[in-house]
Amino acid sequence: MFEFLISFIPRAVVQGIPLLFGCTGEIVTEKSGNLNLGIPGVMYVGGICGVIGSFFYESSLADSSLINPALGILIPLICCILGSLAMGLIYCFLTVTLRANQNVTGLAMTTFGVGLGNFFGGSLIKLTGSEIPSISLTATSNLFRATLPFAESLGWFGQIFLSYGFLAYLAIVIAVGASLLLNHTRVGLQLRAVGEDPATADAAGISITRYKYVATCAGCIIAGLGGLYFVMDYANGIWANDAFGDRGWLAIALVIFTVWRPGVSIPASILFGGLYILHLFIPTGTDLAVKELYKMLPYVVTIVVLVVTSTRNKRENQPPESLGLPYFRENR
Amino acid sequence: MSEKQPAVSLRNISKSFGPTQANNNVSLDINRGEILALLGENGSGKTTLMNMLSGIYYPDSGQISIDGVPVSIGSPKDAFEYGIGMIHQHFKLVNVFTATQNIVLGLKEKGRFDLAAATEKVRQICDDYGFDVDPNQKVYDMSVSQKQTVEIVKMLYRGAEILILDEPTAVLTPQETDKLFAVLRNMRDDGKAVVIITHKLNEVKDISDRVVVLRKGEYVGEMVTAEASTQEMTNMMVGRQISLNIDRPDPEMKYRLERIRVKNLTVKNREGVTKLDDVSFVAYTGEILGIAGISGSGQKELLEAIAGLQPVESGSIEYNVDDEQVEELIGMDPLKIADMGVILSFVPEDRLGMGLVGSMDLTDNMMLRSFRRGASPLADRKEPKHLAELVVEELEVSTPSVSTPVSKLSGGNVQKVLVGREIAAAPTVLLSAYAVRGLDVNSSYVIYDLLNRQKGNGVAVIYVGEDLDVLLELCDRILVLCGGKVSGIVDGRTTTKNEVGLMMTKLGGGEDQ
Repeated sequence: MFEFLISFIPRAVVQGIPLLFGCTGEIVTEKSGNLNLGIPGVMYVGGICGVIGSFFYESSLADSSLINPALGILIPLICCILGSLAMGLIYCFLTVTLRANQNVTGLAMTTFGVGLGNFFGGSLIKLTGSEIPSISLTATSNLFRATLPFAESLGWFGQIFLSYGFLAYLAIVIAVGASLLLNHTRVGLQLRAVGEDPATADAAGISITRYKYVATCAGCIIAGLGGLYFVMDYANGIWANDAFGDRGWLAIALVIFTVWRPGVSIPASILFGGLYILHLFIPTGTDLAVKELYKMLPYVVTIVVLVVTSTRNKRENQPPESLGLPYFRENR
Repeated sequence: MSEKQPAVSLRNISKSFGPTQANNNVSLDINRGEILALLGENGSGKTTLMNMLSGIYYPDSGQISIDGVPVSIGSPKDAFEYGIGMIHQHFKLVNVFTATQNIVLGLKEKGRFDLAAATEKVRQICDDYGFDVDPNQKVYDMSVSQKQTVEIVKMLYRGAEILILDEPTAVLTPQETDKLFAVLRNMRDDGKAVVIITHKLNEVKDISDRVVVLRKGEYVGEMVTAEASTQEMTNMMVGRQISLNIDRPDPEMKYRLERIRVKNLTVKNREGVTKLDDVSFVAYTGEILGIAGISGSGQKELLEAIAGLQPVESGSIEYNVDDEQVEELIGMDPLKIADMGVILSFVPEDRLGMGLVGSMDLTDNMMLRSFRRGASPLADRKEPKHLAELVVEELEVSTPSVSTPVSKLSGGNVQKVLVGREIAAAPTVLLSAYAVRGLDVNSSYVIYDLLNRQKGNGVAVIYVGEDLDVLLELCDRILVLCGGKVSGIVDGRTTTKNEVGLMMTKLGGGEDQ
């Protein structure tokens, strides 16, 4: 049993980290009253932008062993942040400034982001001229996957807690930080007020537009890092079109599962990661249908949580009151 | 009075929303140490004008000066900086926050975010002014009066010097109103400038030092309260002579029927809280039965139970067709109950919540009652349109046309449309809740007149009201609810305001021992 846990937990964690990034980003966004269904697209864009950056950096080197560790990390990281930020700005411009419908805009952003990722992914694969439909960025990936040198000597403790790349720890730091920000600071209080009741926040002198822009863009950047982590760490630096799958939607489901609490999202995302890969550990034989049933688990759990929280009817467990609604001060 | 500098002076302020001119060339002064009442009918632009002071709207033209210095108030934040605090008709409070969280919201205090210290300061203010508020209570758990208190504490916490209250008494009991007025007088004596927007004339007389009257967005004049009579104020507000007495024709006793018999009715809400406890009464034809009580004492549940919208725990509600045929309403489909002529006209706090669809126009809203009629698969639009025009004309609804979405109308006009439609359905029982909530004097009298006409036609009218003065003048009998129980049923002609007020807060209305 212990053996099983030692191999299962780290794999659940690496599955969970992209979800954690996406979930934290979406919670921060939703707390401002913006329902960004474009998160799956944003995570795609975050991933591909990192890939583009590191691809051109790696190909500019004569030999990939000459890679500069600082540049090797910073270039994809900055490309990823800029890409997700651009997605956030587009979304905000459409929904906050132009007050377009958030659901439609979000879904369009997802379609757009996935398409953009696959388009550039395909182009890069063409550039490599390789037979295999994927790009391999091993040198960069090694930088992202680097662990503490003494981690391996610590046995099971090292395996469970120290076997991950730095982005995984960053995800947890961001989630804890977001939790503190939302619940214990003035900015957090004001952000929550914007999402709950923008008219009230406005009357209290809070700039609705600024809070919505900043929260949504920050949320997109956080979510985009999830895409970067997926390619560089989880997938060993190998980009293949559509490999990211439906993790973006899972991240949005996770937001509901955690009832909008970034603190809860840390264990919850690992749980979801575990449920996501459970089918690999439970002998199902060759029956693919059974496998697919196991893959359903995270969504089933989300529905159960939705049912439970809505019947308990506690006001704190409800979504932000004005989630998805545009705000216009002179609207009567 | 000496020539002191006004705290705020407005000069030639104009503001329009699309084609509607909300304010036109309004000039007025607000002084320190004075309570100013801003009086006007619905849609006369009182709230819009004050919203420009609090930074919600920006004037199209005109100049606002604070202490003689011309300023530009572009946002609520600017307003705070000039010491202007406004308490809106719809409270600006975040439901899931505590009182303190709401109070500190938007403040830029130096240093660490310290909720405990803020809580202490809030408690201090509450003690100083004698407010009864728990700083750690969540807003969704509060009564209307508590929410209003939080709003006032919020302004005091921010050190507001100029306090604007938009219809603050609309939802308070007489006792709560007295408490509020005492606080306002305290603030005035403290040297603060207080503006109160209202259309209750007795309150204007009671609290204000000076009255400014607006009509159709324009300034029509001002008076020193002590030197003016309510009749003068009304005339100035409406622009013509109107009578201030509510008619109360004696009910027809000869053919009187016990139309609705409610026996031992008990209702629990979704959370399992008992909202009505063993309520029994009779509503007669040709009579207005008033229902008084602090808001949330079970008025809504009572009306909804009769209309079949509220599940009932136990008891019975009988509808007497003619003494031989008696129908039990409990368990009956709401549609069937409505077809029998039991019509519910409920004006909720947000006016649009029940009964009207905001984004639909007047005609379509009329159709909500009639669309099932007729054999044709296509709905008849001609008749509803005619009805809409009739309501607009009869009740003097101010609207550009009958194809304007109702959300674009001012609150009072929305209400007229709703009440007009319900009455047009020719009911046998008219359940009306808060029919004049937020309505000005003139429109209120139109509604009272309509109710009286229904009474004359032999309709059993059940009228849930907030203004005790009106209940006492309009109703034949008054049923007083207190915490879901019947505190007593009194004769509207002989009872006093004090008696009813006491019954609202205490079962049976006994004096304290």
